[in-house]
Amino acid sequence: MLISKTTQCSYTPTVHRYQKEIQRQDVYHFNNMTKSKADEEDYWNSSKFKAFTFDDEDDELIRLKESRQAVNSIQRLVEEDDDEDDVEKVSWSGEPVGSISWSVKETAASNQRTDREPAFPKIPTDTPSLSKSQSGYSLSSLFKGKTKGGNFQSFTDTLSDSSIRLYAPELRKPKSEYKDYVSDWSPEETIQRLQQGKTAPLEKFRSLQDKLLLLDFAVSAHDGNVITAVLIYLKRTLSKEVLFRELESRQTALRHFIHYLTETKDQRLLLELLRALGRTEDVALLQYKEHLSIADENKRRDFLKSCLSLPFSAEDSAHVQDHYTLLERQIIIEATDRQAERGGKVEIFQKFPRRASILNMPLITTLYYCCFYHYSEPEGTYSSPLNIRQAFKISEKQYFVTALAARAKLKAWLDVDALFTSRNWLGFTRKKSPLSFQRVVDVLQKNSAPTQVLQDYVGLVEDPDMRISLAQKHKCHDIVINTYRDMKDRQQLLGYRGKVGRGSAEERKIDELLNNQQIRWKN
Amino acid sequence: MANSARRDSPELPDFSLLKRLARDQLIYLLEQLPGKKDLFIEADLMSPLDRIANVSTLKQHEVDKLYKVEYKPVVSTSDQLCFLIRPRIQTVKWICDVANADKAAGKFRRYKIIFTPQKFYACEAVLEEQGMFGDVTTDEWAFYLLPLDDDIISLELPEFFRDNFLAGDQRWMRTAGSALHLLHSLYGPFSKVYGIGRYSKMAYESWREQVEQGEQRARQAEIGNVFLIDRDVDFVTPLCSQVVYEGLVDDIFRIKCGCVEFSPDVTASDKSVKVMLNSQDKVFNEIRNEHFSNVFGFLSQKARNLQTAYDKRRGMDIKQMKTFVSEELKGLKQEHRLLSLHIGASESIMKKKTKQDFQELLKTEHSLLEGFEIRECISYIEEHISRQVSMIESLRLLCLLSITENGELSFSYGVDHLLTFSNLRQLGLLVEQQPGETLTVMESRVGKLVNDKTAGKLTDAFSSLAKKSNFRALSRKLNLVPKSDEEYDLRVPRDMAYIFSGAYVPLSCKLIEQVLERDGWTGLEEVTRLLNGNEFAVTGQITSINGAKNDAQRIILVMFLGGCTFSEISALRFLGREKGYKFIVVTTAITNSSRLIESLLDNHV
Repeated sequence: MLISKTTQCSYTPTVHRYQKEIQRQDVYHFNNMTKSKADEEDYWNSSKFKAFTFDDEDDELIRLKESRQAVNSIQRLVEEDDDEDDVEKVSWSGEPVGSISWSVKETAASNQRTDREPAFPKIPTDTPSLSKSQSGYSLSSLFKGKTKGGNFQSFTDTLSDSSIRLYAPELRKPKSEYKDYVSDWSPEETIQRLQQGKTAPLEKFRSLQDKLLLLDFAVSAHDGNVITAVLIYLKRTLSKEVLFRELESRQTALRHFIHYLTETKDQRLLLELLRALGRTEDVALLQYKEHLSIADENKRRDFLKSCLSLPFSAEDSAHVQDHYTLLERQIIIEATDRQAERGGKVEIFQKFPRRASILNMPLITTLYYCCFYHYSEPEGTYSSPLNIRQAFKISEKQYFVTALAARAKLKAWLDVDALFTSRNWLGFTRKKSPLSFQRVVDVLQKNSAPTQVLQDYVGLVEDPDMRISLAQKHKCHDIVINTYRDMKDRQQLLGYRGKVGRGSAEERKIDELLNNQQIRWKN
Repeated sequence: MANSARRDSPELPDFSLLKRLARDQLIYLLEQLPGKKDLFIEADLMSPLDRIANVSTLKQHEVDKLYKVEYKPVVSTSDQLCFLIRPRIQTVKWICDVANADKAAGKFRRYKIIFTPQKFYACEAVLEEQGMFGDVTTDEWAFYLLPLDDDIISLELPEFFRDNFLAGDQRWMRTAGSALHLLHSLYGPFSKVYGIGRYSKMAYESWREQVEQGEQRARQAEIGNVFLIDRDVDFVTPLCSQVVYEGLVDDIFRIKCGCVEFSPDVTASDKSVKVMLNSQDKVFNEIRNEHFSNVFGFLSQKARNLQTAYDKRRGMDIKQMKTFVSEELKGLKQEHRLLSLHIGASESIMKKKTKQDFQELLKTEHSLLEGFEIRECISYIEEHISRQVSMIESLRLLCLLSITENGELSFSYGVDHLLTFSNLRQLGLLVEQQPGETLTVMESRVGKLVNDKTAGKLTDAFSSLAKKSNFRALSRKLNLVPKSDEEYDLRVPRDMAYIFSGAYVPLSCKLIEQVLERDGWTGLEEVTRLLNGNEFAVTGQITSINGAKNDAQRIILVMFLGGCTFSEISALRFLGREKGYKFIVVTTAITNSSRLIESLLDNHV
C-alpha cells in the first residue's frame, strides 16, 4: 500500500462528511457516460438553454467579481461619512435588536447567566417599567377582538372554558345566534356549532345511530377539527370493536382517527386498530419503527432481531434483515477498531484517527469506512469490504465508486490501479471500469494524483474529444499527440507543437509524425 | 422587466391592515391577562410575530420575559405564564407537564394558552385528560394571514401540506375558509371564484357558509376574482430546481417568513446578516423575477451607476455637498449595502451551483419534463444516488421521474432498470444518520420509493399523493413544454416558461391563465379529466358598489392550498404584466422542492 506521508486527511465524523467526500471527488459527467461530447453539444445548440450556463470560468462570474470590486471600492467612500442611521441595528447573532427572536435569545442567555451564579442572592434589577402606551390602550379598547366582521367571535360565547368573558357589544350577530339559547340541538346543528368553535354537548347522543349520524355530519362538513372532536367522543363511549367496525366503512373518519392516535402517541390502540383492519404490514412497520427510540446499540440490535419475524412485505422484510445484519456487524467492527485505536499499534488509526463511531451509519458509509481502514483484509472478516459487498449485494458500480473514493483519499494509487485491472484468459491485463474513465480521472485529479497516474486513465477515456481536452488540462502530452495522430489531424498537431516545450521530447515526437510520409492526414 | 408594466395595471389593495388587525387583537388578548407575565412562543411563530409586533409592543402590555417553546422544564419565576402556540397536541402536553410539575412542587401560577390561528378540540381534550382543563385557560388569536409582501400573503402553516395530503386530516379546512372570509370581508365582495382540487372545494364551501352566517356590508370591492388551487394538482412545478433569482435564493439560503440569513461568505464580513426580501428592497425588487442569467448583468450595471453617483461628489462646493449629503447620500448608501449583499449572494450561488454540477441536474430535469432520453435520466439519478450527494435531492429527482413518467418505468425500461433501483435502497432503510436525524425510510411514505421494486412502489407512494399524474398528456394538451428547436431569449421572456429557462410552463400557472382567459373551465374538459376533476367556477351576486369595478375584476387572488413556490409567484407576476392583471398570492406556506420532500420524511420517533 502506498500512502503519501504528507497528506493530512482523516476519517470524518458524520454521514454528511462522507457524502461530501464522495461528492467532491466524483464530479460526475453525465454526457460522457451516455453519449459523446458531440451529442451533448448538439443538444445544447439545438435547445434553448445555451443562453445560460453555470460554468466556473464563465464571463458572468468574472463580471460579477468586477462588480464586487467596484462595490467594495465604494466602501471606503461610504465609511467616511457613515452615520449608521440607516443601518439596522443587529445583535451578535444577526437578529435585529428589538426583534422578538432576538429578545428570546437574550432571555435564554440571561437565564444561563443566572444559572451559573447561585452563590449570591439575586438583586432585583428593575428594568425601567414601561408604562402602557395610551395608543395601545385606545386601539385595543376600540377593537375588542371583533374587527373581522362576520362570525369570528366564536370564542366569546363559548360557555365552558373561558374564564375571561368578553362583554363587548356584539357588532353583528350571526343569523343562527338565537339557537344559542336552546340546548336541544340536532346532530346537524351540533356539528354546525362545533364548526363555529362553540360548545355543544355530545353526551346526549347515546344510541349508536345518533353517534354515527354525528360522525357522518362531521365528515360531510369537511372540518377535520370537528371530525376529530366527534371521534374523541366516540372513542370514549364506544367499545373498540364497535368503533373499529364502524370506521372501516368510513375512510375519511378512519384517517382522522389514525392521525389522532399517531399524534397522541397511542401506539397500543393504533396497533389494535390496524390489526382489526387486517393491515398487518402497517402493524409490522409501526412496531419496527419503535427501534428509533432505543439508544443502546445492543438493545437496538436485539430489538431488530425480534422484528425479523413480523409480517412484513417481502421487500420490507429483506430491508429489516439487512438493517439487523448491518448493525450487528457495526457493533463488532466498532468494538475491534476502538480497541485498535486505543492500543496505538495500528498505523492507520494513528495516521488517520477516527472522529466518530461507525455505529448506525448507513451501509455505504460503512463500506467507505471499511475501504478506508480495512481494505486489504481477507474476505472472511466482518470488516472486509468484499465481505460487505457480498453480504449486502452491493452493485459493482456502487462498490467501485466507494472504493475508489476511499483509496484515492488515501493516495493509495496501487490499490486504485488494481481496482481496474482484470486479466483475460490469456493472462493479459487490461483496465476495465463500470464508471466512465472521465469520472475516474476526475476523482483522481481531485485527490492530487501525480501525472503518471492520471495519464493511464486519461488515455482510457473513450471519446477522443473528451480525451484530448482532459489530456491538455492535465498536461499528458503523449496522449494528445497520439490522439491527433490517430485522428489524422495534421492541423491540430501542428497547433499543439507550439504548446510543448521547445526542444523537448514531445516536440521531437510531433516533428517525427509530421514528417512521416505514411500517415494519410485528413487535412 | 419591472418597468414594462402596463400603464393601466390596477393598484394592489393595502394589506398592512391585516397586520394591524392581528397586532391589535394580540394586544387585546394580552390585556385580558393583567399583571406581569412571561410569554412562551412556539418556535415557528417567532418570525411571523416579529413581522407584526416587536418586543416593546409586548413589554407595553406587561410581558416580562420571552421564551421559546423548547419542550424542557421552564425556568421562569413569573406567577403568570402565557403560551402563544399553534394548536398542536405535543405542545399542549408539554404545557400540562409544566403545570403538573408546578402543582407537585406546590407552586401556584396562572397559565394561559393562546392558540393561533384557532384552537382544536383535540388540544382541549388533552387539557381535560391531563386534569388541567380550567387550570389552564385558553384563547384564540385569529392571526390567519401574514402579508409577506405587497402581493404575497401567507398563512404560515407548512403543516397544512402534510396534514391534508399525506395524513388525510382536514383540520385546516376551516382555517382556510376563515382566511378567505377575512379577505372577503375586508377586500371583497368577490364576484367570481374559480378553483380546482378537493381541498379547494372544501375551503370554498367553508368560506361560503361563513359568508352566509355573517352579514356582508355593501362596499366597494378591491379584489374581484379568486382562484383556489390544491397543491396536488401540480406536484411537478414545486419539484423543479428554481432558476429565477428569488426562487434560487430560497432553494439555497431558505427564505423564512420573507427574511433570509446571509452567511459570512455572502456578506464578506465576520457575521451573518438577516435581510428582509421584499419590494422595499429596490435592488431585490428589480431582480427577484429575473432568470438568474440576467442577474449579473443587472448587478454590474447597477454597480457602475452607483459609482457614478458617488463620483458626482468630486468637485462639489460646500453647498452642493450639503444637498448631496442630505438628499442623496442616504439612498445611495442603502443601495450600496443592498447591492453588495445581492452580489455576494449571486457569487455564493454560482460557487455552490458549479460545485454541484447544476448544469447536468437542470438538463436531467428538462429531459424529464420533455419526456426525452429517460434512460439517461435514470442513469443520472442512479449515479446521483450512488454518490450519496444529497438524499433529498435524489428523492426529488425520483419523484419527478415518477410523476412525469406516470410510473410506467418497469414496463418501458425493463428488468435491468429494476436492478438500478436496488441502489436506492441503500439510501433508504440503511441510512441512519446521527441520532435525531435518523432516516429510516421504511416507515416514510417517500421511503417506499427507495426500494427494490421502486418503479411500482414509486407510483404507489406518490400516486397516493398525486393520484394519476397524467403529466405527459397534460403537458401535450396545455403545451407546457415549448418546442426545443426554438431559441429562447431569457432576457426577453415570451411566456411563463422563462422561469424554468424556457423549458417548461408551470402547470399551476398555465391553468390559472387558461381559466381566466376562458372565464371558466369550458373547453378544458379533457384537462380537468386528466386532473381528476374537482374543478369549479361560480359567480356570486354582485353586491359591489359600482365604480372602479373594472379594476377590482383585474385583481385576482390566487390561493394555493398546500404551498406555492417563488417561481410560481414570478410566473404569475409575469402573466399579470402581460394581461394587465394583478395577482395576489395567498398560500398556506411558501414551499420549494426540499421543503416538500422533507415534509414527507418520517424520520423521527
